[in-house]
Amino acid sequence: MAIFMPMDKLVTSIKPPSGLTLGVRELWHHRELFYFFTWRDIKVKYKQTYLGIVWALLQPLGMMLIFTFLFSRTWKIDTGPVAYPVFVLAGLLCWNLFYSSVSHAGDSMIQNAHIIRKIYFPRLIIPCSAILVALFDFLIAFIIFLILCPLLKQSIDIAALVYFPAGILLTILAAAGLGFWLAALNVKFRDFRYALPFLLQLLFFASQVIYPLQGIQRPLFKWLLAINPVNAAIELFRAPLSNRSPDMTIVLIGTGSSLLLLIIGLFYFRKTEAYFADLA
Amino acid sequence: MKPAIEIRNLGKQYALATAAPYLSIRDMISDSVKSIFKAKKNNDQFWALKDIDLDIQPGERIGIVGRNGAGKSTLLKIISRITPPTTGEVLLRGRVGSLLEVGTGFHPELSGRENIYLNGSILGLKKTEINRQLDAIISFSGIEKFIDAPLKHYSSGMQLRLAFSVAAHLEPEVLLIDEVLAVGDQEFQKKCIAKMEEVSKQHGRTILFVSHNLKAINDICQKAVFLEQGKNILYDDVRKVTSHYIASLDAGVNTRKLDNTTSKKIFIEEVKTFNGEKATSSTFTGGEKIGIAIRIRNNDWRHGFTISLGLNAISKGRVWRSQQFFSAENSSSSREFIAWLPGEMLAPGSFSIDIAILDDKKESLDFLTDALNFEIPVANTKFEDMDYDYGVISKEANWQEI
Repeated sequence: MAIFMPMDKLVTSIKPPSGLTLGVRELWHHRELFYFFTWRDIKVKYKQTYLGIVWALLQPLGMMLIFTFLFSRTWKIDTGPVAYPVFVLAGLLCWNLFYSSVSHAGDSMIQNAHIIRKIYFPRLIIPCSAILVALFDFLIAFIIFLILCPLLKQSIDIAALVYFPAGILLTILAAAGLGFWLAALNVKFRDFRYALPFLLQLLFFASQVIYPLQGIQRPLFKWLLAINPVNAAIELFRAPLSNRSPDMTIVLIGTGSSLLLLIIGLFYFRKTEAYFADLA
Repeated sequence: MKPAIEIRNLGKQYALATAAPYLSIRDMISDSVKSIFKAKKNNDQFWALKDIDLDIQPGERIGIVGRNGAGKSTLLKIISRITPPTTGEVLLRGRVGSLLEVGTGFHPELSGRENIYLNGSILGLKKTEINRQLDAIISFSGIEKFIDAPLKHYSSGMQLRLAFSVAAHLEPEVLLIDEVLAVGDQEFQKKCIAKMEEVSKQHGRTILFVSHNLKAINDICQKAVFLEQGKNILYDDVRKVTSHYIASLDAGVNTRKLDNTTSKKIFIEEVKTFNGEKATSSTFTGGEKIGIAIRIRNNDWRHGFTISLGLNAISKGRVWRSQQFFSAENSSSSREFIAWLPGEMLAPGSFSIDIAILDDKKESLDFLTDALNFEIPVANTKFEDMDYDYGVISKEANWQEI
């Protein structure tokens, strides 16, 4: 039967780039590459380290200790019913997921330029895998967080089953949008490579990691900060720790801006990816 | 039967290379300020490929020949979808596997086995296919003993063997190969050519093969395409095309067109062949001195460099090479060198010369393949029979009766 003839199996047409699609079918066809790139980066990351995967924990725990020392004793910050160490660790987990997703995804196309120049596959796989690596580190730290909570006498509401995944998802959507955008921009303008650490540092202070956004009195200032999608993610993530329900205005503004970022990031990435091999 | 590859009106336009391959915002701003005052120039674009039309039938093995910058690699890059065309269309029927560079994605920290999986999946193999072929891949590479050691402990030869071994077990209907055979030891090259022939003949696979090694092209391919400055000059039987290509090569003097070399720190500007009287020549008599004069333009290279010369007997392959290091003591921007070939040892035939400038790590700073060709006609030697194959070395044996 004709169906089994290899000639009929696959007809590819190569034309000058035109029109925009997400290329979902092609991504699905190459789905194993997500796994292999992620697997490679995790494997290489912890090779020849003595502590290995423990490094994924040391950073957030260390930061937690520093901030706890600073802000629960020296300058007291009101965090309601949540103890400050738990409060800041929850924020740090989300922030670290966002931070390493964006910085790794942003650098990923340059890191893999040698492959991009030689072999074709949907380019979106590369920044996506960078985000999956960050997610892997996050999950390890997250498990430790879940173990630490009862030890620090922190109760977790049953609503966490909704709020935790929602917070993580929102972080990833925002990070993906920004990460795709920066990855594509980086191929063309290496300036972003140097601007990124600075940008992320600014964003850290504009995120409610070490302070609660709900504590800010002037609404205009609060709504302005809510445009930063990390604030919405942390708001969701912290909700099951206290009896307070999340501030829906913050969540809605943040969800809106992260969806906008995702659309811009995807659009720009897809628009420019055809020429990556010529520029990288 | 429908062609495996249909190429229609294909063209690829590049912006001329600026000093940096990527842009910085500062350049963009300064360029746009300049462009306010100056009319926009039109000559900063060039066509790497123009108006290419080709039909390649399933199972055909096609060689692609041409000088550096003729568009050979660009053509393969478009077919393998690494870079998009500017005009036209390519229709591919079947899965395409490209060997634009073997070992793409190899990671030094991972073991040989892990790299097989990584490289295989980047090249388009499914995990189940790799599992099924793993033993065959490992045994073809011949490095069973080290397969679980990290790749960084492999010699470059071993890495290449592993890389080709993965690539040889891809099962695409169309296979694109670019200069793979330039590296590796003789024995392994033979193994690779044999594998490629087996693959294409038994499985009816279509092969597109870019190489400067005309012997390999003659051996493997039935037909060939001759590209020059992005245009398809000739598409015909392989022997016709390779001899047409040889005839088109520069004889005597080859002065580089500078448009795509200006961004290089150091490059080969001119190459000449001349005889014992220092007259430029491309035809020599048997036993005559053959000199190669090389002029090198140094724009911004502060270190010493090695000039590497390769002599190829056309359709027989590499017969001789020589390398010499020159220090940076002489800092003038234009330096000339002379190399005398062992012309007295050469048998009649056609020869071509490859030249490369290498840094201290033997990485190429600039190279020119088939930079020049020259001829020692049978009529100019002590030999008489025009059709006899005299090999490449003319020196007689030391005969004795015992």
